[in-house]
Amino acid sequence: MAINWFKYSAPTTFYGLAGKLIPYFAWPAAILFAIGIYIGFFVAPTDATQSEAYRIIFLHVPASILSMFIYLIMAGYAALGLIFNTRLSSMMAQALAPTGALFAFVSLWSGALWGKPMWGAWWVWDARLTSELILLFLYLGYIALHASIEDTRRADKASALLAIVGSVNVPIIYFSVKWWNTLHQGATIKMSGTSMHIAMQQAMFAVMAACWLYAIAVALARVRGIILEREANTQWVNDLPEVKQMNGEHS
Amino acid sequence: MNWAEFFAMKGYAFYVWGSYGVALLVFAIEIMLIRNRRKQALRNLRLMRDEMGESV
Repeated sequence: MAINWFKYSAPTTFYGLAGKLIPYFAWPAAILFAIGIYIGFFVAPTDATQSEAYRIIFLHVPASILSMFIYLIMAGYAALGLIFNTRLSSMMAQALAPTGALFAFVSLWSGALWGKPMWGAWWVWDARLTSELILLFLYLGYIALHASIEDTRRADKASALLAIVGSVNVPIIYFSVKWWNTLHQGATIKMSGTSMHIAMQQAMFAVMAACWLYAIAVALARVRGIILEREANTQWVNDLPEVKQMNGEHS
Repeated sequence: MNWAEFFAMKGYAFYVWGSYGVALLVFAIEIMLIRNRRKQALRNLRLMRDEMGESV
């Protein structure tokens, strides 16, 4: 049974598939987040030096990792759209950008609120903090560039170039703690495992998985909105049941 | 388990709940924005269809 992978690469079929998939990502995300928070706050022990403030780690680390990975995935989709001229790839890149920007913001925000009690400063021009801030600006730049160009196909191409060029920043963030070794501590989770307490690892893993599932659910939901906008004048969109309803009914 | 004591986070309450609170707020806003975007797109589609219906 040969699976026709390209069947779902067209907006028409992907729209329906994405719609069905969203609940399967959204609900597990909420459940896993609750589990992670429960373990993180009620099971994981108090930290010797940082007391309770360290519990921000269960949000800060997943958000930071997500912000980096989502950028690479976004740049990948943008490149696909640029090379193969596939509209859906560019739509996916556009769908991921705001979520990536949010994770970058949460990373910076939780980092600042953790840094203030521990380092005594909301912000330091540290290598990692600065490169993460650049990542946030790259996300916002991508969104703004895409929005500023009238013709969506040209907007896809121009913003794809920005995304691809910007992806060099992600390894810089990752290695910044080693190369410059400024204030931010090194990697807590390394390929060789982690030195954290088991409950802390479980909490971190659960919140991380929840963030991944959340990002997928949100990106799928947003790409459906983008498809409706960009394929507005196609027959298949106008035949959709939710469009056929009268204006008054709630979709 | 004394809830007041729990929420105090040994004095770090502002930082801990400030982080989680803003993060949850931000994600909630994102979900609302996406829902709104979909509703708006559908409304536009129906408006276009109604206009086309009249002009045909």
